[in-house]
Amino acid sequence: MSLYFTQKLLYELNRDPSLQAAFLEDKEAVLSQYQLDDEELEALRKPDIGMLYILGVNGQILMHYAAMCGYAWPEYIQAMRDALEVHGNVRAGIYATTDGKGAI
Amino acid sequence: MSLVFAGVCSHGPGITGRADMADPDDKATFYAAMDGMREQLEAAKPDAIIVIAAEHFANFFMNNMPAYCMGMGAEYTGPIEDPQWLGIERVTVPGNPDLSRRIIETVMNDVDVAYAEEWKFDHGISVPLNFLTPRYDLDVIPVNINCQGPPLTPLHRAYAFGQALRKACDAVPERIAIVGTGGISHWPATPDSGKINREWDESFLKDWAANDKEALLRFTDEETLRDGGQGGFEIRTFIAISGATEGLKANVDYYRPIPIFAVGCTVGTVDLNQ
Ligand SMILES: [Fe+2]
Repeated sequence: MSLYFTQKLLYELNRDPSLQAAFLEDKEAVLSQYQLDDEELEALRKPDIGMLYILGVNGQILMHYAAMCGYAWPEYIQAMRDALEVHGNVRAGIYATTDGKGAI
Repeated sequence: MSLVFAGVCSHGPGITGRADMADPDDKATFYAAMDGMREQLEAAKPDAIIVIAAEHFANFFMNNMPAYCMGMGAEYTGPIEDPQWLGIERVTVPGNPDLSRRIIETVMNDVDVAYAEEWKFDHGISVPLNFLTPRYDLDVIPVNINCQGPPLTPLHRAYAFGQALRKACDAVPERIAIVGTGGISHWPATPDSGKINREWDESFLKDWAANDKEALLRFTDEETLRDGGQGGFEIRTFIAISGATEGLKANVDYYRPIPIFAVGCTVGTVDLNQ
């Protein structure tokens, strides 16, 4: 579990267009710079936005990555809802849902 | 000269990024309220605007997270978000390092604030500026209160920070506007996005308008998370404005829950001539 580094990678991606370009060019080279476990690597590679949410990535970091990966807003919300169905509530951090489903 | 304008407003990215998905009346009335805030701001003829924001990991991360940080740059860029996603063009905004430095030096008598000569804006500052200084021709001094990566600064410190800012503004000859921007209750960027606790918001805004310090500082973070969501932590920005205008009552010019904007959209202003 290295949620810290998962979030750090996404934080740096979100604010740095040159890192975004490098990531699109060669994902593995960028991923190798961070201490990530297999579950995190898979979620980042796919990308599995819902799984990143379940792992505890702060929504303010995740929504940017979702947008970068081409998710429209309703798709981003749906990806998190679907992941809650499959995996149960968020495992860490303050971005868990109130009821494990999403209120609306 | 001190403060010539003080107020608060919302900053959710949906306000500009999902504007076309909103109920037309919600959008029109809130945008009109933001226009009204701009008119009040312009009438005050400020030399600079301090924006007390709650940033969302545009500059600061858990490798070195300041509780409070103030900008001291010559210019700032933003938003970091995709311009199309946010509905705001990427721009360069003028700063004022000399004024920043003088304000920071005075604030440091009371609060150990961090400073930054580089700063990228995210929606937390870009959305308010989009309405308040749409020509980006007013010097901006960005301020951040960490509301995202716990442990967070206690509410009473946010009030004290506002008091320190007020003292610092009183000590410079420039005419200063100050705007706090945050949510009240909201659950942004989660499957609960769009949930808004109207009752909690209205109770908070009543205390904010009365500048009732004791009432404003009464929440624990556990209570805020339960009743006001993750976004509720941003009440610190409103509380800092209360500290900067201690003893003065404020008006809530607009409040309406707008789910597609993910927040109870708010505009509030403080009458500085009481
Ligand atoms: Fe925010």
